[in-house]
Amino acid sequence: MKVKQISIFLENKSGRLAQVTRVLGDNGINIRALAIADTTDFGILRLIVNDPDRAYRVLKEAGFTVSATDVIAVEVVDEPGGLAGVLAVLQEASLNIEYLYAFLQKASRAALVVFRVEQLDEAIAALQAKGIRILSGEEVYAL
Amino acid sequence: MYWDREHETMSREQLRALQLERLQLTIERVYRNVPFYRQRFTEMGIKPSSVRSLEDLRRLPFTTKQDLRDNYPFGLFAVPMSDVVRVHASSGTTGKPTVVGYTRNDIYTWAELIARSLVCAGATKFDVVQNAYGYGLFTGGLGLHFGAERLGATVVPVSGGNTQRQLMLMQDFGTTILTCTPSYALYMAEEGQKMGLDFKKLPLKAGIFGAEPWSERMRRQLEEKLDLMALDIYGLSEIMGPGVAMECAEKQGMHIWEDHFIPEIIDPATGEVLPPGEEGELVITTITKEAFPLIRYRTRDITRLDPEPCACGRTHMRIKRITGRSDDMLIIRGVNVFPSQVESVLLEFGETEPHYLLVVDRKANLDNLEIWVEVAEHMFSDTVRKLEDLEHRLRERIESVLGISARVKLVEPNTIPRSEGKAKRVVDRRQI
Ligand SMILES: [Zn+2]
Repeated sequence: MKVKQISIFLENKSGRLAQVTRVLGDNGINIRALAIADTTDFGILRLIVNDPDRAYRVLKEAGFTVSATDVIAVEVVDEPGGLAGVLAVLQEASLNIEYLYAFLQKASRAALVVFRVEQLDEAIAALQAKGIRILSGEEVYAL
Repeated sequence: MYWDREHETMSREQLRALQLERLQLTIERVYRNVPFYRQRFTEMGIKPSSVRSLEDLRRLPFTTKQDLRDNYPFGLFAVPMSDVVRVHASSGTTGKPTVVGYTRNDIYTWAELIARSLVCAGATKFDVVQNAYGYGLFTGGLGLHFGAERLGATVVPVSGGNTQRQLMLMQDFGTTILTCTPSYALYMAEEGQKMGLDFKKLPLKAGIFGAEPWSERMRRQLEEKLDLMALDIYGLSEIMGPGVAMECAEKQGMHIWEDHFIPEIIDPATGEVLPPGEEGELVITTITKEAFPLIRYRTRDITRLDPEPCACGRTHMRIKRITGRSDDMLIIRGVNVFPSQVESVLLEFGETEPHYLLVVDRKANLDNLEIWVEVAEHMFSDTVRKLEDLEHRLRERIESVLGISARVKLVEPNTIPRSEGKAKRVVDRRQI
């Protein structure tokens, strides 16, 4: 039920993001989703890719500081209040969201939302108890 | 005008005789009271009686900052602690500072030498000395203070910082002599100009600037902007503090007070003593200090000795402006900084092979220190908050070890240039 996300440390200078995508592209790795969190000095690039283990390896070999983090991906119905329902479940369970980002799927009308919380297993249990669909890693990588 | 005419103008022969007598007493004392020296001398087959002339000094071993560190904090003191009336400290090469001690006589001697130095700048008991060197463990503040009091001048112990207040006191109290780092004096000058202050209308007559390297270019700026005579003062806490050497109004180098210190210039690579006039590392032996005598201490400061007689009448040799260091120490805002201090902090944070760079710049006459740290995988967290927290904790720890503020910048791996496997640790962009 967990999805492996690749995070990369980037300084805020031009060309670094392009460099990451070039390394991945050269190795035939596809990016499924991408989000950047940044401050004035540095940024953290978060990626969902089709092959996280290999992405981790090739980026590290290219000299980047990389880490792999487990996250949860849930399907949120693309209608008003869709996301609010998911957030309410996590809040009720007193689970703190460190960050989240969303992306749209090509095939369906549902959006995918990626969450990072400290207590992943508790979050999964709480969401499943409310009947919210959690995607497996394989499903997400193969999107 | 001299403070101590007898000693400042004594003939070279008399001076050398006095030096030998005092050197022999010092050697005798350290041999008897400091196990470190006794052991070193014994290893080299040297007894106090071996030192029969000043030339014999070069047979004695050097003392280094590492020796001070190995004997931290009081191991090299030559008197019982009950005779030590004060300690000061400066930066060590790692997290621990270098500690020095003074007996009552040492404090008296120091004040005498500062009084001499102030008189070199034309000071008398009618002067108002605004002492903007930092007070505390740093030797600058208290060193100047006691000497100015000894002279009988009126001391304003304002310490460093708070420029608006400095400028207000300077006007209200009629400061005639300013003592601080040259870069801070320039900063004050420019802040004053912005406020519309006309320094030509102030009674300032001399500035005694030290604790960091400066240049003739800065002298011209200081003299023009502040309308005073800008003179260089030399010292280091290990030897005593400020007042080891002081420039006279001739502005041709700093007289090193040879009745208390014996200077040598060596080749830093071989340790060989160089002939007078050649540039090399300054080595100093203290010959009157009681609590913390040092034999052939390697200052790491690069300079030349000028043995030519000076027009001012003082017979003590002069050292030229310090042109560099034989180690990687930096002086930032008057504070000594070693890259290895930063390294020691990174090691505390679990870095096994830290890659870092100290970037120093001078903007509007203020030194800025930025420390670049390459983010290794184990330090990396994928949440911004944790990385910012790391940056914050690193900054706090580095500031507490260095004693000055710094900015920590996390950078990507391989950002910091490596040459022949050895990383470059310092980029100094200051134009002095
Ligand atoms: Zn002179």
